[in-house]
Amino acid sequence: MSAFDTIVHLVYLACAVSFVIGLHLMNAPATARRGNRISAAGMAVAILTTAVVLGHGGVVTTGAVVALVIGAVAGGTAGLVAARRVKMTAMPQLVSLFNAVGGGAAALIALGDHTATTQAAVTGALDVAIGALTFTGSLVASGKLAGRIPGRPLVVPFGRLISAGLAAIAVLFSVWFVGDGSNWLLAVVAIAALAAGVLLTLPIGGADMPVVISLLNACTGTAVAMAGFVLESTPLIIAGGLVGAAGAILTKLMADAMNRPISAIIAGGYGTGDAVTVSAG
Amino acid sequence: MSPMLLADLTVFTLALLVGFEVISKVPATLHTPLMSGANAIHGVVIVGVMLLAATVTGIGGYVLLAVAAFCAAMNVTGGYVVTDRMLAMFRSRS
Repeated sequence: MSAFDTIVHLVYLACAVSFVIGLHLMNAPATARRGNRISAAGMAVAILTTAVVLGHGGVVTTGAVVALVIGAVAGGTAGLVAARRVKMTAMPQLVSLFNAVGGGAAALIALGDHTATTQAAVTGALDVAIGALTFTGSLVASGKLAGRIPGRPLVVPFGRLISAGLAAIAVLFSVWFVGDGSNWLLAVVAIAALAAGVLLTLPIGGADMPVVISLLNACTGTAVAMAGFVLESTPLIIAGGLVGAAGAILTKLMADAMNRPISAIIAGGYGTGDAVTVSAG
Repeated sequence: MSPMLLADLTVFTLALLVGFEVISKVPATLHTPLMSGANAIHGVVIVGVMLLAATVTGIGGYVLLAVAAFCAAMNVTGGYVVTDRMLAMFRSRS
């Protein structure tokens, strides 16, 4: 390992530490804002370090640099403007939208990667399945909170049967992909997962959406960790695993606070979100 | 299993355990900001997209890269800024 690689690895480790400390500080109101800023600083360092790694390696084509910069500047600006302008009451649906694009990006990494190892194939299939599912799931959740999709539970006829069928397709084509390695098989997994994300979120009522968004957030974390396995990138594995587990615990805390079991929330059919409940007396 | 995969798996498992432990008793008012903060952290996917840039070729690859970069950058910048705004509100209220 060269001195350069060692330094890069240590810097990434410091970034991972800042994510853990940042998340921990967000447990208490007094330190929460500082925690978020520590985590943001770690993220900025991780991005800069990766830029240096790309420049040092010298293997990136000009076309890739242009595509990367255009995409990142446009996306970063869009995120910044949306986050600054959003009304306080509309923040949860915006977080859900950010979660959706995060899951989408994780899925695209596996779709764009051409590493032909079994490890990359297995984790890549998982990445695409989870990432694509949270992409559409979070978009539907965001739409429900924003009122673009009715907040009441929308029960799709034979929804569960279709979901089970989609899951079977995703598993089948994932296994086929691990054996074969053709990228069109992975695309089929992505399409099945995209459809499943919509089907699973539609029957859930608007009142339960915050818990669902937290669950999808945990899923995105896991998808990002899988992308880390595909790319052999430690910061993605650490941060993704961290968010996956922390998001799962947070989902449980939120469900407990609402006195609703998570299984009942996922099953759907409860809580209209837009109806006004009138209690007698 | 390659040594690399074993190392990755070890790191992943320990990261999961840290994730479970790092969230303790959170007051309900902090649930949404904490979710948003965690959402911003998985914006680290931008690092993955940057690494992907070293391998993609052809117009199709570049388009995919640009879309992925757009998504990841939106997640990371928007995520941190919106969390900061939420927490700013929280502080002034308490």
